[in-house]
Amino acid sequence: MTEANFKLVEEVELLRLVTVGSVDDGKSTLIGRLLVDTKGAFEDQLLAVRKQKGLDSIATAADIDLAMLTDGLSAEREQGITIDVAYRYFATPKRKFIMADCPGHEQYTRNMVTGASTASAAIILIDARSGVMPQTKRHTHILGLLGIPHLIVAVNKMDLVDFDQAVFEQIRAEMNEYCAKQGVKDLICIPISALDGDMVAVRGNNLDWYEGKTLLETLESLPTLGDVDRLPFRLPVQLVNRPQTTELPDYRGFMGTIASGTIRVGDEIIAVPSGNTSTVKEIVTFDGNLQEAFAPQSVTLTLNDNIDISRGDMITRVGEKTGDSKDLTANVCWIGDEPLSARKKYIIKHTTNSVKAMVSSVDFKTDIHTLDHLDADELAMNEIGRITFKLQKPLHYDSYADNRATGSFILIDTFTNNTVGAGMIV
Amino acid sequence: MSEHKLTQLKALEAESIHIIREVVAEFRNPVMLYSVGKDSSVLLHLARKAFYPAPLPFSLLHVDTGFKFKEMYEFRDAFCKEIGANLIVRRNEDAIAKGMNPKDFGVARCCGALKTQGLLDALEEGEYDAAFGGARRDEERSRAKERVFSMRDEFGQWDPKNQRPELWSLYNGRIHDGESVRVFPISNWTEMDIWLYIREEKIPIVPLYFAKERLMVERKHLLIPYYEEMKDQLLEGEEPKMVMSRFRTLGCSPCTGAIRSDAVNMDEIVIEAAASRRSERETRIIDHGSNSMEDKKKEGYF
Repeated sequence: MTEANFKLVEEVELLRLVTVGSVDDGKSTLIGRLLVDTKGAFEDQLLAVRKQKGLDSIATAADIDLAMLTDGLSAEREQGITIDVAYRYFATPKRKFIMADCPGHEQYTRNMVTGASTASAAIILIDARSGVMPQTKRHTHILGLLGIPHLIVAVNKMDLVDFDQAVFEQIRAEMNEYCAKQGVKDLICIPISALDGDMVAVRGNNLDWYEGKTLLETLESLPTLGDVDRLPFRLPVQLVNRPQTTELPDYRGFMGTIASGTIRVGDEIIAVPSGNTSTVKEIVTFDGNLQEAFAPQSVTLTLNDNIDISRGDMITRVGEKTGDSKDLTANVCWIGDEPLSARKKYIIKHTTNSVKAMVSSVDFKTDIHTLDHLDADELAMNEIGRITFKLQKPLHYDSYADNRATGSFILIDTFTNNTVGAGMIV
Repeated sequence: MSEHKLTQLKALEAESIHIIREVVAEFRNPVMLYSVGKDSSVLLHLARKAFYPAPLPFSLLHVDTGFKFKEMYEFRDAFCKEIGANLIVRRNEDAIAKGMNPKDFGVARCCGALKTQGLLDALEEGEYDAAFGGARRDEERSRAKERVFSMRDEFGQWDPKNQRPELWSLYNGRIHDGESVRVFPISNWTEMDIWLYIREEKIPIVPLYFAKERLMVERKHLLIPYYEEMKDQLLEGEEPKMVMSRFRTLGCSPCTGAIRSDAVNMDEIVIEAAASRRSERETRIIDHGSNSMEDKKKEGYF
């Protein structure tokens, strides 16, 4: 046991993913398979067991902690339905995974948008016997809208179609064509049998015609953060740190999570909305000052000039300005009980900023089956559309396509305080 | 390839610090629940990181049942003094005066009075609108579905069927008068992450987490630490004996079991945690029973 073994375990990266599909597609079986086949992987890593991925022995269903896999809430068990997104955790020697497990049928938009909002990758489950269903297309459309960088189509139950390559190729062709229309950049199709474990964590003996990586190898090799560190620098200010202690009487630090990009000591910055400029004096953390920081680190910046910055402001680099406007157009997924309609007022929470907003127009709503744009006056629960808002004061933003962190917002009902919408700025 | 990489622990740390800062920015009077356990120790460490170099902008609240281990009280007082934290200790004195204990009143009633009611009273007395807790989603199945910002009504109760969706890292902290939130910044940490982080960051923890020869009573399948005061509470046939053991999780002494273990330092604890295929909460009597955690949370437990 050496320090090096611990380093290996500690230096794995984090991948957030979302799994969509209905119970009938074998989602619970797949999740159980992933949890079981990766269990003990940390132990192998720590003890430096040099087994092939530590996964040579396929576990049996009896090893699965079924209590954690079945529905978590008493109402779900009583009614035999899944109400809510559940979060699962598993790890391999290369990666730690946080998986948002979204129920397929009930309120799928609400749950999927929630689960997918933080995900870098999505697994879409398809039952090989049924092929691409209307529901599959709806899910794919929503995942595309949310800008999930990598979509993995897991064609499950290959054992029930005799591991027939033609069945898989048919589904792959159909998904490729559909995703091309959606602007999906990275689509990977994998034939699997979650029940037997083929092509999930191990290749198995039944799918030799498939030359790609297993599902787990794929998950281990996807980029974790995308290119968020290469985007323009954005630091939405959460708080101003003013200890006002005898040791630090005049200290002013700007605290926040770097939403995108990198920053170095000495860089010229500009604060919006004030437009004041300065240079970075220190990048402060509890573990010592840094020379450079990058997304998504949580840091505190001190500046060489005493300029006015407060919560809701954004620090960017000179020359990397955001868009700003009092009119805002966005794709909105509506998740409120009461429909969204023109003239209604909401609160928009965008980065660390909250502003009042009025709906100036419902530009269209999307028919989730045909993807046609329909004229509409309102958006009901689980509907998606294009909305234009008039804001009480300008927001500083990027388009969602350019920057998920500074292009997204939530809508809050001013009366109930509930979160009623998810917005993606166009 | 980009050279900007965050290890998974650093990514979790950044997320937790973000959440802690959001609460301080958006709430009038937050407080951090501090149970002296390993998860609380990590949570407190993250809070110190979040506001460095300033001191903690909120107090720590320990809801004490009077049944905690001696080592926990000693550790709590020494550590809070060392880091300069403002510690508030509250107990349900009414129930304690009436002699509340798990043996005579049952575990559920004892927990309800000393923990849940004690917590609700303390939160009401302090007029806190947000309370940080160290719960994790991998601990228990109802927690797997709880939000980071868990809304509570005027009675501190959780309604699992009516939770606000949480999108991106945009937390909705808007509440009506009388409502409050419980905030769980380490929701996405697993038990393994907690141990790895304690090891890497050298976070001080209660010595009970490390194995040594301890006087124990074996009750059903649990190892329960024996203290002189428990003499009259021994059941028939029970006899204290020395066992090499440690605690994976710390609660009240009558209701928290130890495990047989030789893990005497953090390296060995991490290896043991990695090897373990059993849930850490197995040694907590409180969780046994069909819906116990969910029921307790609905009533106001954290």
